[in-house]
Amino acid sequence: MKKFTKLTSAIVPLNIENIDTDQIIPARFLKATTREGFGENLFRDWRYENDNQPKADFVLNDPTYSGQILVAGKNFGCGSSREHAAWAIQDAGFDVVISSFFADIFKENALNNGLLPIQVSEEFLKNIFTAVETDPKVKLTVDLETQTVSIDEQVLPSGEDLGGAESFEINAYKKSCLINGYDDIDFILAQKELIEEFEKR
Amino acid sequence: MSKTLVEKIWDAHVVKSEEGFPDILYIDTHLIHEVTSPQAFDGLRKRGLPVLRPKQTVATADHNVPTLNQLMPIKEELSRYQVDMLTKNCAEFGIELYGLGHPFQGIVHVIGPELGITLPGKTMVCGDSHTSTHGAFGAIAFGIGTSQVEQVFATQCLLQSKPKTMKIEVNGQLGKGVGAKDIILYIIAQISAAGGTGYFIEYAGSAIEALSMEARMTICNMSIEMGARGGLIAPDQITFDYIKGRKFAPAGEEWDKALAYWKTLYSDADATFDSVLTFDAADIAPMITYGTNPGMGMGIQENIPATNAQPEKEKLSYQKALDYMGFDDDASLIGKPVDYVFIGSCTNSRIEDLREVADFVKDKRKADNVTVWIVPGSKQVEQQAINEGLDKIFEAAGFQLREPGCSACLGMNEDKIPAGKYCVSTSNRNFEGRQGQNARTLLASPLTAAAAAVTGVITDVRELLEKVEG
Repeated sequence: MKKFTKLTSAIVPLNIENIDTDQIIPARFLKATTREGFGENLFRDWRYENDNQPKADFVLNDPTYSGQILVAGKNFGCGSSREHAAWAIQDAGFDVVISSFFADIFKENALNNGLLPIQVSEEFLKNIFTAVETDPKVKLTVDLETQTVSIDEQVLPSGEDLGGAESFEINAYKKSCLINGYDDIDFILAQKELIEEFEKR
Repeated sequence: MSKTLVEKIWDAHVVKSEEGFPDILYIDTHLIHEVTSPQAFDGLRKRGLPVLRPKQTVATADHNVPTLNQLMPIKEELSRYQVDMLTKNCAEFGIELYGLGHPFQGIVHVIGPELGITLPGKTMVCGDSHTSTHGAFGAIAFGIGTSQVEQVFATQCLLQSKPKTMKIEVNGQLGKGVGAKDIILYIIAQISAAGGTGYFIEYAGSAIEALSMEARMTICNMSIEMGARGGLIAPDQITFDYIKGRKFAPAGEEWDKALAYWKTLYSDADATFDSVLTFDAADIAPMITYGTNPGMGMGIQENIPATNAQPEKEKLSYQKALDYMGFDDDASLIGKPVDYVFIGSCTNSRIEDLREVADFVKDKRKADNVTVWIVPGSKQVEQQAINEGLDKIFEAAGFQLREPGCSACLGMNEDKIPAGKYCVSTSNRNFEGRQGQNARTLLASPLTAAAAAVTGVITDVRELLEKVEG
């Protein structure tokens, strides 16, 4: 699994709530039998017209925004359990997704692929959106070791600083998997005797 | 110590529990289908691992199978390849497959229960979020991603943190024309599409206890639509009667032993839930959704809530949803013309759903402006519908009875709703493009869908029921 420790990057903002996995990768693209190549269809129907022309007003088609961090509204990844959603986001070049709330299955799928889902407070999420609105090139730094996400210093003409940092939660085991690139199968198989004992019960 | 039902089943399946780590949870039954399994089989090959317990794994082809001429080769190349891959993978790894042409083929969440594979007290997973359906039997059943499918293949276990528990009680008597689908759409509208995230839900109360097994499956099926990983209902005599005699259900001495255990599966009276919600069945009307997530639902006589009444930060997403649907806020949907009616999916494609629709449309005819597809959940449901003569009723009404599969619920096969068209659907998701690019989905019960089919417009089914009786 892909390792993750620390990242500083500009962000791609998608200020929409309840983004479901059907939007992230529509069902008609789930027919592939490998994990690669889903990135080109990430947010397909928001990103392209039916005749495959890019929609200029969609953020992924706007050269103003770039980076390896996707920031989205609350309840990101709801709906279908398709892991293809995490694969598509990763395949499109993202390493981190930030939202104020994630659907459970999406979060697990992301973690199982080394794509880091970071849940921040509603207030901090709003700060990120305001910061990127003010300066599309604003950078965030995500540090998994210290479990913090910070907005680079950004002082407005009014004197207000939109920078700031927030700590985030992550299961200690999952954190160590990400830092070391381990996956769950290795971990469980190391306990195979326990599984066999359990089956005899 | 007193425990909830979820805790009882969970604790009975913990292989290892260690502070700071998720539990290693033993999985009794693993259901698989063609879409979320190929990458997991590939993973096993890369690791040089077998499927640890192939006999505890059951496969079917459902997501992208055609629903007409199923015995002919699948026309769509990628779909055909994916279904062929499943056949090949099951043969290679020794897994029983109920593929196209098999009398047990069908939607994975329909065949598990009807074959007696789904049983109380089990842990069950599938690479499909509607696995929660099986919770209707008092099982812990939930959807997983493909990496986790590989995990269960390799270890018959899953690393999972114990979920929080929520009890949702629905008490009292349902009104006429109101069914299980309305109950669950009502609950989701009350608590939102994220209101159950992080929880396993136990449904209880007199209105739930009065439901048939198939109706209970409809309820548990949509737990994921409020974000809950799973939902379950304590097994009772209705459950035991449903299971007895089914193909893979325990029999003889095994049955007695199983039954004795199943009777211990309930939440202790003084067990504590992390959250408890109570609803009155009498408050529930036939429901319909007006937006692009299942939480955007209302009683069919209500007006679409005003955009201005939404919290400030949600207004943008809310208005985007109404724009997609082509609806104005504060408007009624009654009388709104519809183009398609889809009766099917793992939510509502069982024999009782088909019987209810047939009973309603007998001696009626669909409106000319509507195309009606009825897609049974399995070959067994299809066969039973034919045995009972329901196919003749549907034919006379202009409803097309097709062959089993997930079909227009997610439009992975040819069954897609055209762009801009309105479909009253008994499925579970009204997401943008779910039933086809730019298709517009209104979720409802089989009865409400049938009423729209007959009148050609959104209709309060209660008015038609009254006419019959009056």
